[in-house]
Amino acid sequence: MNPGGTSAGHLRPRVFLVDDHGMFRSGVRSELAGEVEIVGEAADVAPAITQIADSAPDVVLLDVHLPGGGGQDVVTAVKNDHPGVKFLALSASDAPEDVIAVIRAGARGYVTKTISGTELVDAIHRVAAGDAVFSPRLAGFVLDAFATGTAPDVDRPSFDPELDQLTAREREVLRLIARGYTYREVAKELFISVKTVESHVSSVLRKLQLSTRHQLTRWAAERRLT
Amino acid sequence: MRRDDGRMVDSASRTASFGAPEADAQGAPNNSDDVTQPYTRPDADGQTQPSGWASRLEALGVPVTRGPAGGGPLRREIDGSVLGGVAAGLAKRTGFNVGLIRAGIVIAALVTTGFGAAVYVVAWLLMPAAGAESSIGARALRDKRGLGLAAGVTSIVLLALLIASALNAPWITSLAVPLIVSGIGLALVFRNAPQEELDVLRGLTDPVARAGPSTRKRRVLRMLLALGLLVLGLVALLGINPTAGELLRPLGGVLLLVGAVATALGPWWMRIVRDERAERQARIRAEERAEIATRVHDSVLQTLALIQRRAGDPHQVVQLARAQERELRSWLFDSRPPGSMDGKADTVADAVRLIQQDVEANHGMPVDAVTVGNCELDDDLTAMMDAAREATINAAKWSGADVVSLFAEVEPESVALFIRDRGRGFDPAAVPPDRKGLAESIQARMARRGGSVTVRSAPGDGTEIGLTMPRSAADRQPRRSG
Repeated sequence: MNPGGTSAGHLRPRVFLVDDHGMFRSGVRSELAGEVEIVGEAADVAPAITQIADSAPDVVLLDVHLPGGGGQDVVTAVKNDHPGVKFLALSASDAPEDVIAVIRAGARGYVTKTISGTELVDAIHRVAAGDAVFSPRLAGFVLDAFATGTAPDVDRPSFDPELDQLTAREREVLRLIARGYTYREVAKELFISVKTVESHVSSVLRKLQLSTRHQLTRWAAERRLT
Repeated sequence: MRRDDGRMVDSASRTASFGAPEADAQGAPNNSDDVTQPYTRPDADGQTQPSGWASRLEALGVPVTRGPAGGGPLRREIDGSVLGGVAAGLAKRTGFNVGLIRAGIVIAALVTTGFGAAVYVVAWLLMPAAGAESSIGARALRDKRGLGLAAGVTSIVLLALLIASALNAPWITSLAVPLIVSGIGLALVFRNAPQEELDVLRGLTDPVARAGPSTRKRRVLRMLLALGLLVLGLVALLGINPTAGELLRPLGGVLLLVGAVATALGPWWMRIVRDERAERQARIRAEERAEIATRVHDSVLQTLALIQRRAGDPHQVVQLARAQERELRSWLFDSRPPGSMDGKADTVADAVRLIQQDVEANHGMPVDAVTVGNCELDDDLTAMMDAAREATINAAKWSGADVVSLFAEVEPESVALFIRDRGRGFDPAAVPPDRKGLAESIQARMARRGGSVTVRSAPGDGTEIGLTMPRSAADRQPRRSG
């Protein structure tokens, strides 16, 4: 992928790493060298919160699991005072409830730790530009949680079709992402522009963050994977 | 008499098997009432026409014939059988309707006070199953323990008959010969029948046994059933012999005799039961050992070999070790065995996870698996998962990509599965005909079950295999082998 293609002016985003594994941090550091500017790193929730406030990065690469709490604690603590800081969640575990929690706290995307270096750089640029980043797995989670087959809480008084349902097009986009397509490939497949794909994904992210749909929490709890 | 029967069957198979030995082997898993059987005699027309009484029955709306008479050897048809498949085999051989033959056998059994049933059991022993090498009887002759068991059963039946005769129940003693013959026959069948035949029988008894979900409930249910039968039998006896005094007088003497026989034969019976149990346990242990050996070979040993070959690439080694660890853990602690799909995964999500583990462990290829929704696996979906596994392994072996994406979505009407890689791709039109992987393992397998396959690939542009299986297909189609 061409990292510069969608980066909207952020040629070298300033990135902060939060992960409790030193090995992983140094690995990411070397993979991202030259592509982004690493402004700091932390191994736990508390130091991450203070250091992010100090260094004001563009993007925080945030491990979902940290010894002192979940990644969502970092997002919650930082986002009010520093709305410009964007979060990209990284995880090896893929436990849906953790991923959903960090997204709902305000992260702009989620990728697995097995992602390749170039894809990670691409994802960082995308998040820095204000777009959402969905890994195939997150796309699958969302399709599952918003499944049409389990929609009967339409009767709920607070049901909001704008927030609690995916459009047919959004579903198509998510399906292709879940199949391993890049945004560009999705655009080609559906005869739409990459920008349109990005806006669909952002809209899905907004629904994921704001929907009060019962299924979302219930589903995440039910599908507790090990 | 039995030997005569055996010779007759033998000669029948010899004269007829020249016809189509291959068709015989392939015909085995088909339904017996499948009209498109490969057997058709040159004079098949004459054979299929119902004549005389048969045509009269047909006129009454009773289906007499269901297809051409098979010219093949007289074989038991396991598929579509109720018991041993004798009726189904006869139906295939003669061309008459199975139901009619079954009814005939039942009526014959009733009219001859059980002799018909005994003949059926003997036929079960002596007729080889379609596609099988030898009859159960031939195997039973070499089974010394089985013959011992049969002798044990005979002695118990004789004892029961002795009690019955003492109770003045001649209608039971009249069943003596058929009971003994059936007892011996069934004991031998149960010991020597191949697994798939026993599965058919289990299918008969399961509805009763399955009534309770737990084994304990099942046991209680079985006991109640046995008690009920006992009470029914007693009531029937007393109904025939209402005077209790007459009933009790001979009983005293008989009880003494029974006691003596039981004391004499008791240890022998116990030994038969003990031997039987010990043998079954030994067999189970041997099977378990073989299974563990296979698993360890397919997973741990394969991975160790791969690690040795890739010792220079720490990243790969870690990946292999991690995949293997995950697999071993889920095997040891969640008893989710690695390897093939059949019976090892209950749901689509389980199956996808299995494919992921298998390919990561055995082919060192990371698999990015995503499952949306879930449902139980039926036969069709299991075949679909086997096709998906084949496609994933193909991608791991040939694509040269870094990762394979596997996406499964369960929808109300269908299950869709996509296997995608960004590897070297190929021209689907230029696949040489001798490469059977895609055609046989994937396309044919899906087509047999009513599913469909799409292949999108171009040289240099990766490959995506899409599999779709309608979900209701399982209900619409009868069980088929594939």
